[in-house]
Amino acid sequence: KHVKTITKGGCGECQTACKIANQACEN
Amino acid sequence: MIHQYKFGEYNIVIDVCSGALHIVDDPTYDIISMFEASNRDTVISKTAEKYKDISLDEIEECYAQVAGLKESGKLFTEDTFEPMAGTLKAKTSGVVKALCLHIAHTCNLNCSYCFASQGKYHGERALMSFDVGKRALDFLIENSGTRRNLEVDFFGGEPLMNFDVVKKLVEYARSIEKEKNKNFRFTLTTNGVLVDKDVIDFANREMSNVVLSLDGRKEVHDRYRVDYSGNGSWNKIVPKFQEFVKARGGKNYYMRGTFTHANPDFLEDIKTMLDLGFTELSMEPVVAAEGDPAALTEADKPIVLKQYEELARLMLKRDKEGRPFTFYHYMIDLKGGPCIYKRISGCGSGTEYMAVTPWGDLYPCHQFVGDEKFKLGDIWKGVDNTAVQNEFASCNVYAREDCRDCWAKLYCSGGCAANAYHSTGSVRGIYKYGCDLFRKRMECAIAVAVARELGDAE
Repeated sequence: KHVKTITKGGCGECQTACKIANQACEN
Repeated sequence: MIHQYKFGEYNIVIDVCSGALHIVDDPTYDIISMFEASNRDTVISKTAEKYKDISLDEIEECYAQVAGLKESGKLFTEDTFEPMAGTLKAKTSGVVKALCLHIAHTCNLNCSYCFASQGKYHGERALMSFDVGKRALDFLIENSGTRRNLEVDFFGGEPLMNFDVVKKLVEYARSIEKEKNKNFRFTLTTNGVLVDKDVIDFANREMSNVVLSLDGRKEVHDRYRVDYSGNGSWNKIVPKFQEFVKARGGKNYYMRGTFTHANPDFLEDIKTMLDLGFTELSMEPVVAAEGDPAALTEADKPIVLKQYEELARLMLKRDKEGRPFTFYHYMIDLKGGPCIYKRISGCGSGTEYMAVTPWGDLYPCHQFVGDEKFKLGDIWKGVDNTAVQNEFASCNVYAREDCRDCWAKLYCSGGCAANAYHSTGSVRGIYKYGCDLFRKRMECAIAVAVARELGDAE
């Protein structure tokens, strides 16, 4: 194996430090 | 679209539109870089020429695995998301879920680099009354639709200069949240000067997160963060912050620093914060007009980019030593991050997120407060400046031509409207300097996450 691979309208419950990739899904 | 880069021992390939991350060996990395532009024979012969110690069979095997990834929709995936770009905002049109409450347009520090002009936002000093704050919370509940999680940040200026109102507003929200089936999450941003036992006890009971302003090294912090007599604040606030963080059990806080032209070597400030016992860190580039003495310059950029790389290495090193720490922008959950609809719809400023001034006016976010043409309305009659709101509602990753070919677009969602406006005059513009920093942060964040995922913290 030469490759290791790692990542259905949305709900909007996720959170809107610094004042998007760093958010977590909260559904 | 793909993005491939090397970080330490890792060859990382990001397939932007499927979200797949591939960690590959050297010949496969090179094959991927040629795969779309050359035919199979050319790719294999060039790779064989470079890797003379690897058999042709093995190189053909690499090629086959790359072709298999493409066939299974995990490499060179087409971007089919544009028609969905307005879906989440259309679905939640009119819903507000987060407010930045400007509880105090005044401050007990006089930081010259403050984007809010020493907390006054280019206006008069003012404190929010309980009645205005209460109406803001009612406005939020009335306009939150079916959203359960509601977020309120106490912001300023310095919010602790109006602490009694903060306490009363939290008490009011707690008294109605069950009946309204809502969950208020409060946050507090403070410079630390007025932190005492009462503040700590209250915040630990009611604030889901606190943001504590500290720039790192004493000489760096005290260069800008001074009181009205010109005295630095580092000696006064650091012991208070240490007590605050200890009382919170070392969790649910961020030390929030700003780096400027004076300290593009901000990793030294992060190390200082670690030495002081702080482990939840957020260090951000200054927001300043070009030409401002604090503004980062082109000459600073390579220094800053290098800091981000060294920071990632420091995180992995300390992981291995059993002394981990968090850097906000590297806090990326590879498998539980935001869904694609959120990633393409933008941050929500001006639609689901608004700032409220001490007298109840609504703005798209805290960085637009004080610029009258961005006033959306007020908390009594709601949004009446629909032209501005529509402009923000249409801000998404596909609204910006410059974002189309950027591999990081599904991580930043088109970036910050305020940064875009202040650098280009349009909320749909691109703050190119910020983009360069963001892409480097994402490369580093993903590399750290990959190393942790593979259990290889060096």
